[in-house]
Amino acid sequence: MAQIVKRNKALSVSPLKASQTIGAALAFLGFRRAIPMLHGSQGCTAFGKVYFVRHFREPIPLQTSAMDQVSSIMGADDNVVEGLKTICAKSDPALVGVPTTGLAETQGCDVRLAVKTFRDQCPEFAHIAVVPVATPDYSGCMETGFAAAMRAIIDTLVPAAAQAGTSPGRRRRQVNVLAGAHLTPGDIESLKELVEAFGLRPLVIPDLSDSLDGHLTDTDFSPLTIGGTPLNELETLGDARATLVIGASLSPAADLLRERTGVEDFRFDHLMGLEATDALIHALQQLSGAEVPEKIVRQRAQLQDAMLDTHFMLGLSRIAVAADPDLLNGFSRLLAGMGAETVAAVAPANAPVLQRVAAEQVKIGDLEDLRLLAMEHGAELLIGNSHAVGSAAQLGIPLLRAGFPQYDQLGGYQRTWIGYQGTRQTLFELANLLLSMERGEIHPYRSVYACKPDHREVSDAAATPSETHRLRH
Amino acid sequence: MKQKDIAALLDEPACAHNAKSKSGCARPKPGSTAGGCAFDGAQIALLPIADVAHIVHGSIACAGSSWDNRGARSSGPALYRIGMTTDLTEQDVVMGRGEKRLFHAIKQAIESYAPAAVFVYNTCVPALVGDDIGAVCKAAQECWGVPVVPVDAAGFYGTKNLGNRIAGETMVKYVCGTREPDPLPPGSVRAGITVHDINLIGEYNIAGELWHVLPLLDELGLRVLCTLSGDARFREVQTMHRAEVNMMVCSKALINVARKLKETWGTPWFEGSFYGVGDVSQALRDFARLTGDAELGERTEALIAREEARIHAALEPWRGRLRGKKVLLYTGGVKSWSVISALQDLGMQVVATGTKKSTEEDKARIRELMGSDALMIEDGNPRALLNIVREQQVDILIAGGRNMYTALKARIPFLDINQEREFGYAGYTGMLELARQLALTLESPVWEAVRRPAPWSIPAVAAEA
Repeated sequence: MAQIVKRNKALSVSPLKASQTIGAALAFLGFRRAIPMLHGSQGCTAFGKVYFVRHFREPIPLQTSAMDQVSSIMGADDNVVEGLKTICAKSDPALVGVPTTGLAETQGCDVRLAVKTFRDQCPEFAHIAVVPVATPDYSGCMETGFAAAMRAIIDTLVPAAAQAGTSPGRRRRQVNVLAGAHLTPGDIESLKELVEAFGLRPLVIPDLSDSLDGHLTDTDFSPLTIGGTPLNELETLGDARATLVIGASLSPAADLLRERTGVEDFRFDHLMGLEATDALIHALQQLSGAEVPEKIVRQRAQLQDAMLDTHFMLGLSRIAVAADPDLLNGFSRLLAGMGAETVAAVAPANAPVLQRVAAEQVKIGDLEDLRLLAMEHGAELLIGNSHAVGSAAQLGIPLLRAGFPQYDQLGGYQRTWIGYQGTRQTLFELANLLLSMERGEIHPYRSVYACKPDHREVSDAAATPSETHRLRH
Repeated sequence: MKQKDIAALLDEPACAHNAKSKSGCARPKPGSTAGGCAFDGAQIALLPIADVAHIVHGSIACAGSSWDNRGARSSGPALYRIGMTTDLTEQDVVMGRGEKRLFHAIKQAIESYAPAAVFVYNTCVPALVGDDIGAVCKAAQECWGVPVVPVDAAGFYGTKNLGNRIAGETMVKYVCGTREPDPLPPGSVRAGITVHDINLIGEYNIAGELWHVLPLLDELGLRVLCTLSGDARFREVQTMHRAEVNMMVCSKALINVARKLKETWGTPWFEGSFYGVGDVSQALRDFARLTGDAELGERTEALIAREEARIHAALEPWRGRLRGKKVLLYTGGVKSWSVISALQDLGMQVVATGTKKSTEEDKARIRELMGSDALMIEDGNPRALLNIVREQQVDILIAGGRNMYTALKARIPFLDINQEREFGYAGYTGMLELARQLALTLESPVWEAVRRPAPWSIPAVAAEA
């Protein structure tokens, strides 16, 4: 069990953390025709927008309740009502998420009451789902905000089985997937393919692989998300055969969904590495009652081969990882499964799953902590977001970019880390980065008795070269 | 910050907006607002000061998603690129421990990074709780002997523009005039050339573009005491009061700095731009004019003649490729007119321009440049911009990064003109980069490719014919 070392300095330097508010917004962006409206000052939204635009290189629908000086003091519940009216009238969305910020929470907003007021005042917008969620940025991190929004979405939009008349397994082929914040659109796409390979129909919540995968559409502009989980599908969650929960952070959301619907669930902390993927495939095989498709068996064999090929580079390698808890845990487990050591592990906020991280310690901290720990423990490679580029450069070791945000290179959002195929690719990349270090290189030794002329040139440039021409004919 | 202080900052006598109703400063509308907050504006204005430790006092959202986020370059220290925040926790907020944490955070920054100064940016949560950052900064400065400057620009005070002004006001109040400029470096004196000291206010050295201009200023004997704030050092900001001339570069955002330096120190200022051949030349002439140095005037004309001839020759091949292309320019303030002239230099036709942040004076200049029927866009929501692109058969949209993916999704060529861009367009030399970037996107084969339907979706009849 990893020891959790709490934050012990006043100043956070090179922050690793992104806010809960941002995390909640991301969850809402995985629904079709959705838009998050952050309840805070306009800057909260402007920063969040830039953050996502730079990561995904996509237009990001995001609005604000625009708290100003007066409403920050006198109460901003009216801003929520007014903002909801404006958005609903203008864009007719299917879903408006309302994550709160530190400002709104400190001010003492009652966002639920504000939504109720909106409901009372505007029956004409009754068909539009509105999900408020408390996500102050002075606690948690991106992952906890994402998880809180997931729970709020289920709480608000998924009816209890008795009330809705759903019953588990009525849709024999449907498998619900609760997808955690650590999964990229590429991961989700790959996960859907795996589920479909068993003849099952995955219903992913939220489906970022449909909204933020970066694809061109025929419409030139939309003020809302152009893909994602259709909202009406939420009513069918209770009819599903089972629910797959990916990410320990989603436990509270999963508990609630199971309580509401009675659908059995299978929970996975992560899907990186052979062991985790085996567990997923085994579950899918049991659910479908079908044989594991030949293609997947082949992929498993390919991963095993890659594990053999790369263990020479990865074995005993010393890795430093900085990421939100689920992703950190996934990487540490993958590395441990290869005989590599996670010598420095940093997470921006505490979470139960951190105790399961395969490292001696997990530091709750920032990228300065990561750099110092990596230096102290002689890390050979960093895993972290784009902000860690500077840390890696200072340490003189390579960086594998993972997590949020990734803005200095393209395509981070579509990388696949999970499953047999994603893991295989990850192993190759890790091994190649380590190879680039020329580790274990033994520096040439020049014997004092050596009769190698090139040595002499180095040691004694004045030596006469003529003797070398006296060959024995 | 008190409401009356904010009102005083919004009252800017040197700004042409001032007489009108506060169109640029209206209350933001919930559910329909774009753009940054006062903290954003203050941080943008001051962050490029390279040897300062910039501490954001607040919970994580303010620094967490904004640090290391701009294209401003430094020729030396990189301290400004290290994100620092007190990252307040729930305990800090509830128990009122923010001030104490800030005090220790300043100590930590000074001990770990030996900054020339520490700037402390206030944000919404501590402002609402009532942390007295002014008192903490004062105590910290006395304790550790390093200048500690409070920048009280919490997000809910208002817009980005207000934040710019608070930042400027803070520099004038706490920093300018606290040190005398160094003597001229030995070896820099040239016979017959009198060196004049100047400031560039509102120049951010985006992508290093200031370095296209600085050699020209050197040649003319114009010493830049300080750029506020691109590639600046704290000690340079301290000496701003000694300039003979101030140039307001390309933005009204820090106009209060120019005005206050004039009021307090009598420094004349002018508004100019380093975008476009004509504007660069004009700026150089304005320096000569305001210093009253006739000999400088002559050398300036000689330099302009030489540089214009050189750049016009270099731009000629590009003009052939760009001539007649239609541009929709959507950007704020002065850039709306200064970039127009740059594009016209390249033979392009600007059919419409954004004027949301422009003053009446800016608009007058736009009419002068584009003709009286110039299409001015007040509300640049993405839908409206795309409609104009279609109606006017625009070839390229030039706007801020925020609109980039709007354009790309609509399959429209795009050029980023704002602060996040990675290329410098200032000075004579910058025009070449501008031309190259324009041609790069306009002439790209990808536009045809992304508009081409898949072969199987074309009706069979058409395919056979």
